[in-house]
Amino acid sequence: MSEAHPELGFWRKYVFATDHKVIGIQYGISALVFLFIGFCLMMLMRWQLAYPGEAIPLIGGLLRESWVNQGAMLPNFYNQLGAMHGTIMVFMGIVPLAVGAFGNFVVPLQIGARDMAFPRLNMMSYQAFIIGGLVMLTSFLLPGGAASSGWTSYAPLAVIATTGQTFWLIGMIFLIASSLLGAINFIVTIVHLRAEGLTFFRLPFFVWSQLVTAFLLLLAFPALQAAAVFQLMDRLVGTSFFLPSGLVVGGEPLAAVGGGSPLLWQHLFWFLAHPEVYVLILPGMGIIAEVIANNTRKPLWGYRTMVYSLLFLGFMSFTVWAHHMFLTGMGTTMSTFFQATTMIISIPSVIILSCLLITLWGGSIRFSVPMLFALAFLPMFGIGGLTGLPLGLAVPDVYLHDSYYIIGHFHYIVAPGTIFALFAGIYHWYPKVTGRAMNVTLGKIHFWLSFLFMNGIFMPMLFEGMAGVSRRLFDPTIYAHGAAVHGLTVMTSWSAWCLALAQIPFVINFFWSMRKQERAEENPWQATTLEWATPTPPPHGNFPETPVVYCGPYEYSVPGAARDFSPQFVKQEV
Amino acid sequence: MSTLDLPYQVEPHPLTGVTSGKLGIWLFLASEVMLFGSLFSSYVLLRVGSPPEFWPLGIEAGLSVPIGTFNTLVLIGSSVTMVMSWASLKMGNLGAFRRYFGATIGLGGVFLLVKAFEYSTKFSHGIFPAVGWPELTDPSMFYGLYFTFTGLHALHVLLGILVNLWLLIWGAAMWETAPERFAGRIEIAGLYWHFVDLVWIFLFPVLYLL
Amino acid sequence: MTESEAALVKQEVRVYVMVFTALAGLTVVTVAISYLHLPTVLAISVALVVATVKAGLVASYFMHLISEEKVILWLLLLCAAFLVALMALPVGTETGIAPLWPFSS
Repeated sequence: MSEAHPELGFWRKYVFATDHKVIGIQYGISALVFLFIGFCLMMLMRWQLAYPGEAIPLIGGLLRESWVNQGAMLPNFYNQLGAMHGTIMVFMGIVPLAVGAFGNFVVPLQIGARDMAFPRLNMMSYQAFIIGGLVMLTSFLLPGGAASSGWTSYAPLAVIATTGQTFWLIGMIFLIASSLLGAINFIVTIVHLRAEGLTFFRLPFFVWSQLVTAFLLLLAFPALQAAAVFQLMDRLVGTSFFLPSGLVVGGEPLAAVGGGSPLLWQHLFWFLAHPEVYVLILPGMGIIAEVIANNTRKPLWGYRTMVYSLLFLGFMSFTVWAHHMFLTGMGTTMSTFFQATTMIISIPSVIILSCLLITLWGGSIRFSVPMLFALAFLPMFGIGGLTGLPLGLAVPDVYLHDSYYIIGHFHYIVAPGTIFALFAGIYHWYPKVTGRAMNVTLGKIHFWLSFLFMNGIFMPMLFEGMAGVSRRLFDPTIYAHGAAVHGLTVMTSWSAWCLALAQIPFVINFFWSMRKQERAEENPWQATTLEWATPTPPPHGNFPETPVVYCGPYEYSVPGAARDFSPQFVKQEV
Repeated sequence: MSTLDLPYQVEPHPLTGVTSGKLGIWLFLASEVMLFGSLFSSYVLLRVGSPPEFWPLGIEAGLSVPIGTFNTLVLIGSSVTMVMSWASLKMGNLGAFRRYFGATIGLGGVFLLVKAFEYSTKFSHGIFPAVGWPELTDPSMFYGLYFTFTGLHALHVLLGILVNLWLLIWGAAMWETAPERFAGRIEIAGLYWHFVDLVWIFLFPVLYLL
Repeated sequence: MTESEAALVKQEVRVYVMVFTALAGLTVVTVAISYLHLPTVLAISVALVVATVKAGLVASYFMHLISEEKVILWLLLLCAAFLVALMALPVGTETGIAPLWPFSS
């Protein structure tokens, strides 16, 4: 199996790479850059919210004339920031990092494969992603600026928006194509390329989470693709799929055929976007399961239960989407249906979370940096999940819909939830990727500050939302109830800027450790899964000899074993 | 090529019983089902929301049923030649494969030409996706859907033709080195082509007849 | 390619020709029915049934689903379940609210 591989030139090795590890790193770096950009957009928005109408310090004078007035932000620019923050974070930041980067790098290693099943498809998937990302970013340079109709691009607002929206749609079609190609690749890889002896119930939970995620991407994304095509037709050719009759814009009746349904957009969008929520969280859960099992030195409690919950979660996620649409007047029967499915889908999430929590019980926990992030994930995801329940019930949703409460809710899941999980993953697999461990002290500083400020951002939002502040306001102080809780807004903003500063130790750690830290061994965490059987960093083709799997993924502290971990790839004497 | 020789490119996987390529194309087709499913779902929703007098039958709106029928037969015919080309490969007859496969590409081209002719007739009558039917004053969703559906379908046909052309001209070299693998590729190309045909089987009655 | 396999394929070719004839016939049938101007519900039902039969023929014989491995069938079943949700639920929400054309009777 170990034939010689010819040395490849720079372009073939790093730019047009077909090796899953290089593609994973490409995805990882691009996604981190996009996350940073999305974060910057948000910091600008936080200035306007905390100090409405005041000139943006430092960079206010540098921004385009159409965006600022004497350094103070204009409403239209605020809308662009809001729309693009959501789009960049969801579609170009977290999903590519969780699926594209971690999935690509770790999954083939964890299943003992030499590469993804379709290496060239993998390359095309990354290329489509980067094209889509660049199209999105370029739209800021357009005369009318970027898309400004929210990350959901609700019609008819989005249909009559400036050219930036067209770029958004085209960019989205590329991103969808990328995800589809990736999803096909993941499913075939996981089903076909597992090492000998690696049965489905010996797969690490992370691989399971990627498998379910891939199915969600595969079957949910086409709905948004269809919707994007319809909206492009509406915008470019003048059809009226999403434009109702008699629409009046700025006091003028809109010259359109009419007869379309704005609700149709919402259905198609949320048919994708609700499974997308699980695409955001499931890989995170997978990473957390790996880290927790490894650092408690215990098998995952209820591994099979977790897998079945995961499958059920994935299946149900297709039947809950209209809980985003309770306020559209879709009728009580349908509201009741979607409310019921929403309550049902919360059960498997709770099961998975409980299993992870029980795994901690009686473990001799190693408080390594990835473990700290994993431990923080559990309560943060818990808060995010529990605050979602009132939103899933139609009646409280009437009050809470589109308020800061929902912003707080889903950010608790995605920011201190998924992003913490991703950080845990970065700290956990960094030694495998670079061959060197990350610095622990810097890592702990990064964790504690991030943990503090994440809560400083999102906890006040829940209270603001319950006070009735709308998420869409350019200046929340124009209303008395908004002005009354303005202190919370200011606190959120300062927390956000401090969170940015808290990432500096991470950035330093990330680059410094690459060169200066001591070399890591093959299995520095004394883990059991297959990715630790490879040389560090893994060469092209991954495994020097084809691995064989002898046991389940989390054989830690097996009674009678010589060590407290029994790797899958080592045959145990019975 | 820097890609590795991965298993299950030719021989089926013991668990699933299919090759990686075949599993991959079926996954792709499943996502295509959801794509066209979304289109049909939108069609149903928009039509249910419209009063019947605003929704013409295709024939009332000026679509030519004979031309549509002809194109349906062309596409079904291309599916048959496609499956025959695969069967010829299986029987080891490269010459017959080339003839049938070429015929498939040709029939695909005929389909697109007829479609282009239909489009140009509509345009020359002043019918565009955005305008109504039939006096161009009554609002209608019909032509918007017609152009979107058939346009997207035509793009799929075009993609199939391009891939098939590549397989015929350059890809066939693989027949000499790895005949089984090449037959697998033709089967995969065929599955995609039949799916495109299958979509048209629904599009034709929905747009032209109902 | 073994002899027996080649013979098997030859047999299949005969099936393909029969399926083509059936498809062409059904196309003519569905067009002919449309000229009868049946009541709307009946017309839609008949046309969709015929289309489904044709699609079934293409999928079963040209795409070999009739002899395909189980894994493909399970995949399509999963896909079909989501498709049903996608087709049925949006229309369900639509029936409870005002029609899209406010100026109609």
